[in-house]
Formats: sequence, structure tokens, C-alpha cells
Amino acid sequence: MLVHSRKGKWTLWTLFLVLFVPLFALPLLVIVAASFATNWSGAFPSGPTFENYASATRGESLRALTTSLVTALVASLLALLVGSWAALAAHALSKKGKRLLDTLFMLPVAVPSVVVGLAVLVAFSQPPFLLNGTRWIVILAHAILVTAFAYQSVSAAIVRLDPAYEQAAASLGARPSYVLWRVKLPLLLPSLNAAAGLCFALSMGELSATMMLYPPDWMPLPVRIFTATDRGSLFTGSAVAVVLMGATLLVLLAVSRVRTRASYR
Amino acid sequence: MSGGDVGGGVGIRFDGVSVAYGSHTVLDSLDLTVERGEVMALLGPSGSGKTTALRAVAGFVTPVRGRVLIGDRDVTDLPPHRRGVGMVVQSYALFPHMRVEDNVAFGLKAQKAEKTAIPGRVAEALEMTGMAAYAKRYPRELSGGQQQRVAIARALAIRPGVLLLDEPLSALDAQLRSGMLAELASLHRELPDVSILYVTHDQVEALTLADRIAVMDKARLRDCGTPQELYRSPRTEFTASFVGNANLLPVRVGSGQVRLGEAELTVDTAGVVAGATATLCVRPHLVGLGEGANALRGTVAEVQWRGATHRLYVDVAGQRVKADVRELRVPPALGEQVVLHFAPEDAVLLSAGVSDE
Repeated sequence: MLVHSRKGKWTLWTLFLVLFVPLFALPLLVIVAASFATNWSGAFPSGPTFENYASATRGESLRALTTSLVTALVASLLALLVGSWAALAAHALSKKGKRLLDTLFMLPVAVPSVVVGLAVLVAFSQPPFLLNGTRWIVILAHAILVTAFAYQSVSAAIVRLDPAYEQAAASLGARPSYVLWRVKLPLLLPSLNAAAGLCFALSMGELSATMMLYPPDWMPLPVRIFTATDRGSLFTGSAVAVVLMGATLLVLLAVSRVRTRASYR
Repeated sequence: MSGGDVGGGVGIRFDGVSVAYGSHTVLDSLDLTVERGEVMALLGPSGSGKTTALRAVAGFVTPVRGRVLIGDRDVTDLPPHRRGVGMVVQSYALFPHMRVEDNVAFGLKAQKAEKTAIPGRVAEALEMTGMAAYAKRYPRELSGGQQQRVAIARALAIRPGVLLLDEPLSALDAQLRSGMLAELASLHRELPDVSILYVTHDQVEALTLADRIAVMDKARLRDCGTPQELYRSPRTEFTASFVGNANLLPVRVGSGQVRLGEAELTVDTAGVVAGATATLCVRPHLVGLGEGANALRGTVAEVQWRGATHRLYVDVAGQRVKADVRELRVPPALGEQVVLHFAPEDAVLLSAGVSDE
């Protein structure tokens, strides 16, 4: 730590808690509190119940949860594949080509996601690319939105990778594809893993583009939360939100466990 | 590919090789031949082009002009993985996700060597470098010196005709370095036909290990010869100062003698025009303290105790002369007048024409 005096440390901790608790922790705690409530008219919620969770984990809500999980899984795998491929290719390009590719992959992040959703809707509503009304349009939109993050984190990892590994492998007679599979990708694995976690989390929470696109039989969890609270079922919506939070954190935790096992140094 | 027997070595030839990045030339028309089984040290300060020359053999830089030959094969346009050279770099670049044995087997597997032959050749390479006991370890579990040996074993496992060593000892501490130096020498005695190109900035490594030394500076080859030749009769000022840190004294040439300030010194002046200025090159350890032939009178500017020797810096006629003498009971005080001398046959006269441009 840079601060050594006892007083300085206490001041910093207090400042941290004053800023962190109301900004980050309290809103989440409020949702958790609301998810157990039937009524919230005073300062605190009342009428404790598990009824909200019962409805949040069956029927339409349960279907929305699996929809979200499948969407996030497929979208982040697609994003990882395309993003890593592009990052590897960009690394081999000239400076100019790399900058062009960087900009191209930044675009979906820079543009509001509603616009991306609309663009995907317009682009894939006509044959021969008719995806509108299917689950694939949602998955595609998610993949487009999160590929930028996969591209960026893998790109950063490739730059950090010591070229000596690749060169040592080549001097030992390994052709480029062999070097890629046996040396580069294994060394990039921790970063690929981190990128996958990030993509998954982002996809799990995506709402604005999804709202433009989702077909009736493929409603992800954030949309479900939105429609529930929109109808006024605030407490059911809260329970569904806690489920979304829990599911995402659980997956991220599993992913990070894999990551610690895959890092070599 | 390099499927030959152990010691199926080949030579290396640089044929007017130039490497440039944009308008910046990092290697300027290098002509150099490394004979089969020879240890050639590329010696020079950083930025002298020595590593670039090695990378041109490995295939990591493409020359703008000239050809690189390994044996009779022109490899200039071959990708690195088809050149069949073993390489060890300063950072070792051991694959951190593989055990020692898998690191060593990497080249054999990549070249699709016969599966049944791989374990034997891995064991052989590990045996040769004394690392057989560490086969199951990961690189991060090894010390620097052990990683170094694994890197050498990995390069030797593919039985290369040529071994490229890029500052292989510079990451080790001094004590380990001299031990590894001896081991590299004995390794080369075991593989007498493998040509070794050894890049270093350390003259001790070059003098100890090399059959010949190529001295490089500012992208060019300055001098090439056996360590003894370069040490005893350097052809350029750069070689004289870089190899052995010689005294370089500007003198005026007479016939059979030269003049440094007031002092008349007897040296071999053959090949140098009388009346010209030249550089007199004398090794510090060949300069003695006290009266003798070729006496130089001066003032002591600094005295350094180095254990077995004293290093004296003496100002003679405006020049600072270094002398390494056996440890003195009573070293001279600073500012004291002393006399130095050196034997005529221990000095080399370099005419101004062959010094650095």
C-alpha cells in the first residue's frame, strides 16, 4: 500500500465505504430485499415471502433463464471464435491494416446498442438473409455486440505474448499452424477464458438490442424482468433479477476457476 | 529435414548480407563463412548488427541484399521452420505450459519424427546437458541455469547441423556463467561437427569458447580471426579496445621507433610510413612498473586494487595509460611520478588508415 500511517489507512477505508456502499452495494441489496417482499410502502419492505422466487423459477421465467443461458453461451463462443481469429489476423497485418480492423471491431461498442439492434433487424428481415422471427437473430445481435470485447482482450494478450516463443517453436521446425495450436493458443488460454467470461456476462445482461429483435418463443431474462416490472410486478421482477444475477455470477465463478488452472506463471 | 546423425554438421555462409528497416541499415553487406564444426563468436556492442546476423540465419529477418547459405543450401527465402537450425535465445523461451521432456520433444513432434524414436532422443538430449533428472518438471520450477540447459537440450534434440546461440549466458550470474562456459565447450567437443554461431557482447565468452571471432560494430564486420590473432595483433583500433581493453596511444612514427610526447619508443614499424601519425596498442597487463625498455614517465591519476593485481592509471604526455601490475605491497600515491615500461614485441602499431572510419 502507498499509505502507511494508521490514520491515513482508516481515512481511505472510510472514503471507500462511503463511496462504494451507496453506489454499488445498496442498489443490489434493495433488489434482494424487494425480491422477498410482498409490499413496500414504508421505509422497509414488508410481508416476507418466498412466493416471488417460486414464480421466478418456473414456467415462463424458467424458460427465459434457459433462453438467456443458451443465447449467452452460443453468442460468447461465436464472439470468442471470430474475435480471436480477427485478433490473430490483425497481429500479422501491417500497422495500417491493424488500425482499420481495430476500428471496425470497436464500432458495435461505439454505436448505441439500440442502433445495432435496429441495423440487424433491418438487415436480416429480407430473404436471402431472413432471420427475423427466429432465435438466431437474437444470438447474432448478441454475438456482434460482444465480439468487440473478445477482440480487444485477445488482441491485448497477443501483444503481450513474447515473440520468442513463436520463434523458438519455428526454429525447432514447427509449421505456423502447429505453432498456433501447440504454443500460441495454449499460452493465450487464460486470456481467451477471461474474454469468454466477459462476453458471457455482457450477453446475459443485454436488453436494448434484444428488445428490438426477440421473437415470442425466445425471450431472454432481461426482457422478462423488463416486462414484469412494466406490468407492475415489481417484486416478481426483483426475484427474476436476483436469479439473473446469481446465474451470471455462478458461471463467471466457474470460468475463473478454469482460468486459475490454465495459467502457468 | 535435419534427420541426419548426431554431428551431421554443416557450415554457414553470409554472402554480402544486408538487413535494413526502412532507411536504417542494421547489417551492412556481411561476408563471413563459418566452417563445419567451427565455433564462431559474433562479438560487438549492442546495436552492432550481431544479433541481426544470427536472426538472418534463423530466418526471422529477411535480408534486403545478399544470400545466406547453410551447408550448400541457399536458405535466404526459406521460412524459419524449414531451415533445420537449433537456436537458444537469451530468455530461453521454454514453453511454460509443457514439462521439460515435452519441451525437448517439441521439435521432434513438430517434424513428425518417428513416434518410437522420440523418447530415446529426448533422453539423449537431456543426458547430454545433465538434465535427465528434471524431465517431469515445469520450466517455472527450474533455476536460470537449469532452464538454460533445457533450452540447449531442446535445440540439440532435433540434431541440427547448426546451433545458433544468442547471448545464451547473459541472463546468468557471473559464477554460473563461467561454469556454463566450460560446459558449452565440452558439449562442443561431444558434437565436433556442429557449427556454432555464438552472439555475445562479452569478450571473455568469445575468447574462451570461439575458434574464430568476428568483431562487429555499427552494422559492419570490423575484424575476423582467431582469438589469439585478434588479441595479440588487432588490425583495427575498435578490435584492440573491445577485445582486451588495450591502451591506444597516438604516436608519431619515425624509423624503427615512435615518439609519444618526449619519449622515444622502440617498436616494430614495418608497414607504417615514417612521419605519419599512428596508434600504438599495448595491453594493460603487458605494461610494467619501473625502469626498463620503452620507459614512459608520468603521474599516477588513479589506483584500483583488484585483488591479485593493481590497476594504475598514469597520465603520460596527456594520455592516460592503463597498467595492470601484480599486487603491490606499497602502491604509488596519487600524483606520484612513476615510470612504466613495456617490451617492444608486446606493442602493435596500427596505422591511421585502418582505424575506424
